[in-house]
Amino acid sequence: MSQAAANETPSPQAKAPPRAPKEPRPYINPYVGGVLLGIVLFLAFYITGNGLGASGAVAHVVAAVLATVAPSHTNHVAYFASLAGGYKSSIADASVAMLVGTMIGGALSGLVNRRLKLELRKGPHVTAAMRLAMAFVGGGIMGYGARLARGCTSGQALSGGAVLSVGSFAFMFAVFAGAYALAWFVRRLWT
Amino acid sequence: MAPYDLASISGSVTYYLVFSLIGMAFGATLEASGFGDSRKLAAQFYLTDMTVLKVMFTGIITAATLIFLSTSLGLLDFERVWVNPTYLWPGITGGLVMGVGFIIGGFCPGTSLVAASTLKIDGMLFVAGVATGVWLFGETVDSFLPFFHSSFMGRFTLSDWLGLPTGVVLVLLVLMALAMFYGAEIAERVFGKGDKWGFSLVPSNRWKLGGAAAIVAGASIVALKGQPTLSARWAQMAAVEDAKLANREIYVHPGEVADLMNNASMTVSVIDVRSEADYNLFHIAGATRVDLTQIAAPWFLRRVKGAPDGTVTFLVSNGEQDAMEAYKILRSAGVLNLYVIEGGINHWLDVFGINPCVATPRTAAGPEALMYDFSRAVGQHDPSAHPGCPCKEPLVTCEASKSTASGHGEHYVKPSFTPKVKMQKKAKPHGGCG
Repeated sequence: MSQAAANETPSPQAKAPPRAPKEPRPYINPYVGGVLLGIVLFLAFYITGNGLGASGAVAHVVAAVLATVAPSHTNHVAYFASLAGGYKSSIADASVAMLVGTMIGGALSGLVNRRLKLELRKGPHVTAAMRLAMAFVGGGIMGYGARLARGCTSGQALSGGAVLSVGSFAFMFAVFAGAYALAWFVRRLWT
Repeated sequence: MAPYDLASISGSVTYYLVFSLIGMAFGATLEASGFGDSRKLAAQFYLTDMTVLKVMFTGIITAATLIFLSTSLGLLDFERVWVNPTYLWPGITGGLVMGVGFIIGGFCPGTSLVAASTLKIDGMLFVAGVATGVWLFGETVDSFLPFFHSSFMGRFTLSDWLGLPTGVVLVLLVLMALAMFYGAEIAERVFGKGDKWGFSLVPSNRWKLGGAAAIVAGASIVALKGQPTLSARWAQMAAVEDAKLANREIYVHPGEVADLMNNASMTVSVIDVRSEADYNLFHIAGATRVDLTQIAAPWFLRRVKGAPDGTVTFLVSNGEQDAMEAYKILRSAGVLNLYVIEGGINHWLDVFGINPCVATPRTAAGPEALMYDFSRAVGQHDPSAHPGCPCKEPLVTCEASKSTASGHGEHYVKPSFTPKVKMQKKAKPHGGCG
């Protein structure tokens, strides 16, 4: 990636005209992205004493929706009752604020870099319907696993990893192991 | 000292704004790194594009170096930083499940939010899937609750596990990450661009070499500087803590301790720092004895800090002096809800009384002398060891006249005291996935 970037930089004027104005800008160098992510993560810990996360907030939103749709059911399922039982407001949580922020930040970066576009990203040999079904099923598996592991890739692997939690490293290697183990069998989805 | 106590402004606009801004920076970084594209994420597992590994591990080692640099400089209090507690097997099982979801769905929860926010339809469906999965988990977790709570190891860091200083672990982690990046670069060239195994294995990009040198240097400074010792930590918190000691805010009347021991909604832990002989003569029911020299030992600190949220810990010696020394150590180590029993065991026995056939008052010199003469060792088998308890513990009985002491059950007369215990909660996993 950096090689490509290095080849591009000497002649930005020469390259600029052929590029269509609406063409998305390239992604940033992964190491630069990683350093930025590390600084954001550090600031989160420095200011709030906590790391980053996403799936915990989803649990808060799900519990809040459930409490509106089926309040008595929410009060009877221990997991949701602890989040949104009785008069407890599940949506007024720091993690939900972070979730909203994450989406705004993502949209802003997408807008600036011309990537804010309604589209479907899929492997070359898979139908759109298949990709959508797999995204939903994969999301479901991911959501279930994230709650079982008490955190997702950001909350458990990234945040826990930065403060050297043993469980977070064990979790991280399990995620990679699970994905690599299955990758060959589902290669039609992506390659 | 950071981190800031945001719980005190919980619910205010500023509070939510802080978390939203952190989220925005997080979302923008993920998007700019290409994490909104499922194909780029999935490519990680076909070794053609190792962006996920590079971004994640660069993020981890950058954040870890900055965090531990701050703690070694005394800018950040690591004891107040949330470390995800380790539940080993549920974590590993959940991780494997998530790996399966990752390769099928092409996202993880955080990246799918970014994909959805940049209007990627597969991202939106993935988010809907995550919500469904979370809902299903909530509905079914009751059927495997023992497993979900199994292999709990508390706040357990790599340096606790390896028995190495934090800085050394950090250097090792950085070196491991750099080795992984090197492997990732080779994998991308072989599997991504189709290069043959004949290219030069010497990294040539000076930015990469410079960056690697910088992070190794940062981690090495942390390793050389070391993390603050307990006495250094006490010096940092001295201003607040010395005032608490001077105002006697942390000295709790035995009556209040007994009251809390009998309160079913509280977890009371009593740590006795006297000699084993004194402990055997008499101790408060359920007290744990530890030598003052052992109180800073890692195994003991782990045990005290691993106590469930809502635990109040009382320290006791014959007088107050040793208990106060223990207080300084445990407080420096970050133990919350920590108090000293006012006047120690001597005052305890004065307040609740002990059967005269077991012990009688005496005069003795020294701040830590036991002011009672024991004719026999009763341990906790005397009503005064657990005043006001309706429990039927086997008690040591004497031939001598019946105790006038306020003992168990109906004989208990509650002494008057000014309550001092204020319960403080541990830092909650705000924002985190926990």
